[in-house]
Amino acid sequence: MYGFSLSSFCERFLKWTKLPTDLLVGVIVAVFIFFFMTFVVLALVYLFRKFVGFVQVRLGPRYVGPRGLLQTVCDALKLLAKEDIMPENADKGVFIAAPLIVFLPAYLVYIVIPFGHPSHFQPKDLNLGILYVLAITSITVIGIVSAGWASGSKWATIGGMRSAAQLISYEVPMSLSVIVPVLVSGSLSMKEIAQAQGDRFWHWNFFNLNYFGLTFPAFIIYMICALAETNQIPFDLPEAESELVAGYNVEYSGMRFAFFFLAEFSNLFVVCAIATTLFLGGWHAPFPFLPSEGLWSVLWFMLKTWTLTFVALWIRATYPRVRIDQLMEFAWKRLFLVALIDVAVVSLIAATS
Amino acid sequence: MSKLYHSSQSDVDSVRPGEAIKTDKLVVNMGPQHPSTHGVLRVILTVDGEWVVAAEPEVGYLHRGFEKLAEMRAYEQTIFLSDRWDYLSSMSNNLAMSLAIETLLEIQAPEKAQWIRMLVAELQRIASHLVFIAAYGLDMGAMTPFFYCFREREKIVWLFEMLCGARLTYHYVRIGGVAADLPEGFIEALEATIPQLKRGFDEIDELLLYNPIFIERTRGIGIIDPQLAVNYGLSGPMIRASGIPYDVRRCHPYLFYDAVEWDVVVHDACDCWARVWVRSQEMRQSLRIVEQVVERLKGMPSGNVSAKVPKPIRPKKGDCYVAIESPRGELGIYIVSDGSQKPYRVKIRGPSFVNLSIAQRVLPGAKIADLVAILGSFDLVMGEVDR
Repeated sequence: MYGFSLSSFCERFLKWTKLPTDLLVGVIVAVFIFFFMTFVVLALVYLFRKFVGFVQVRLGPRYVGPRGLLQTVCDALKLLAKEDIMPENADKGVFIAAPLIVFLPAYLVYIVIPFGHPSHFQPKDLNLGILYVLAITSITVIGIVSAGWASGSKWATIGGMRSAAQLISYEVPMSLSVIVPVLVSGSLSMKEIAQAQGDRFWHWNFFNLNYFGLTFPAFIIYMICALAETNQIPFDLPEAESELVAGYNVEYSGMRFAFFFLAEFSNLFVVCAIATTLFLGGWHAPFPFLPSEGLWSVLWFMLKTWTLTFVALWIRATYPRVRIDQLMEFAWKRLFLVALIDVAVVSLIAATS
Repeated sequence: MSKLYHSSQSDVDSVRPGEAIKTDKLVVNMGPQHPSTHGVLRVILTVDGEWVVAAEPEVGYLHRGFEKLAEMRAYEQTIFLSDRWDYLSSMSNNLAMSLAIETLLEIQAPEKAQWIRMLVAELQRIASHLVFIAAYGLDMGAMTPFFYCFREREKIVWLFEMLCGARLTYHYVRIGGVAADLPEGFIEALEATIPQLKRGFDEIDELLLYNPIFIERTRGIGIIDPQLAVNYGLSGPMIRASGIPYDVRRCHPYLFYDAVEWDVVVHDACDCWARVWVRSQEMRQSLRIVEQVVERLKGMPSGNVSAKVPKPIRPKKGDCYVAIESPRGELGIYIVSDGSQKPYRVKIRGPSFVNLSIAQRVLPGAKIADLVAILGSFDLVMGEVDR
């Protein structure tokens, strides 16, 4: 038994209410994803603060709730209760829309990610899954630029411009590195990419022995780009505190700031989840003799994702920030080149084998 | 927003092929409330995209009138004012002020007091440089070194607390000597701290100074060539990172600096990284001095840490200039005495203020991100710039 099954519960509920099936399933899934996302972010922020506290020889949150567990919940409530300030020379409509434009893609990406065995734990498997992810996440930049622009603050504008340059540049090597697992598995669907990797970790895309480990550069490039896409240190230039005060979100407060915050941490989790799906075998166990069906699959998936997330947090706690020109140079002169060569080599092997 | 970006059709039309697109410059206020101006420095920036075209530092937001205040107080009351000029190196300020007044009075502190003064001055230098590295790391976006530096600094602050009960404004070095002899157990505590500090320095170096990203960020920016450094009258780590071995402790020795072994740290790269490196090495040299001072102090009997000071203090008519090497450079005190109980005029030659003067020359041509790195490497304490 799988413990619980969302679909059988829905079926029974539908028979009882006589509503159109798709609508109800959609609504339930949407609500469920929202709560899941909120939970992920709350957990991530708490772990982040505890972990960074550990790295920085201090304790992190400890007073609210047992071991400070409720600290992030209280912070979220505080943000909701705060006064919502709008600068006088802000562009009102854009100012209001920007946080939503940033938040929405972060939310929509969850739809295609198989958090466990796709028969039960993937909201919807699109046959263009990974393309959908790339398309949706690239919307974020519009939100960030318009947030910077609409704030009517010069520092925010500079932050917005920086992030436009950064996010667009890093999309390119990221897309290239994503092509590698697509080539290897011969599908764009998240489900099939993960399925093709199977339950032997030496066949996973991060170091696929069938391809002589040549998929490894793609994994590293994807992770670097993921850090840049989510504005993590060492690529947190759009919100560089010491340079731009707080970057594009400097004029935001309360609820609207909470949306940015939510989106940022949610994105960090999502890029790691995608990396898990594409490169680390998704929900599969590393060895065939280990169980990987039902809730076990969720466990494996979460284990891999959280490990990647921790690596990101670790980097965030350790490194200084790069400079804007170094950032662009790195993307275009190094990552892009390496990714291109990697794609070429892998496609050669894929074509000949 | 239209105020910020003027662009009209005629602008677009006027661009001919092969000609650069016309862009507008943006005037931005950096500070007085900005996270990386280290207090209340205001820099009026003209930026062209990410490039700084002009930078004009504006000071005075923390002006408290210490020079004037000192003229209205008896000599012994001016020492506590000095705690607050440069709040990261109170001991050095106390020392400078005391030495100046002692020179006017033509008295000298007893030998033991002089050794203790050296000890606290060097410990203060370490503490101050630690704060610099901490804040500089923060400017570069590295959060963790901050906590490591403050952990090490805390140990020194504890030692100072043992000495005088205060953690920031010590008022320990006074006219004629020091406030009190070393308390019981101080030497032991200090000796236990020294190896911990050494380990801490290595850790911080590994974490920040030799981090590839950090080196990338600070190498080759904010270059001050030696001639320029001399012309602007820079001092302290700023001038030593430009390849000029000027250190008041070596060039015009005071206390017993010529009786201990230490090196003047010099780097000739002239850039921001060199300035950080110089400070990082100076902490080790200071620790070397501290170790030697401890050896000397161990053999001395307790007591006798203050010379006989005439009461009330009424120096002869005249003036004097006394300079010491504070953590930030040459801290000079010029006092004019008219023979009364109060100084007629006190002038402080603050190293931060003089070092800041070069900002206008160095900043244009840098990027906004570099601006923070360059300004940060000056190690400004606004309390002393504005006084």
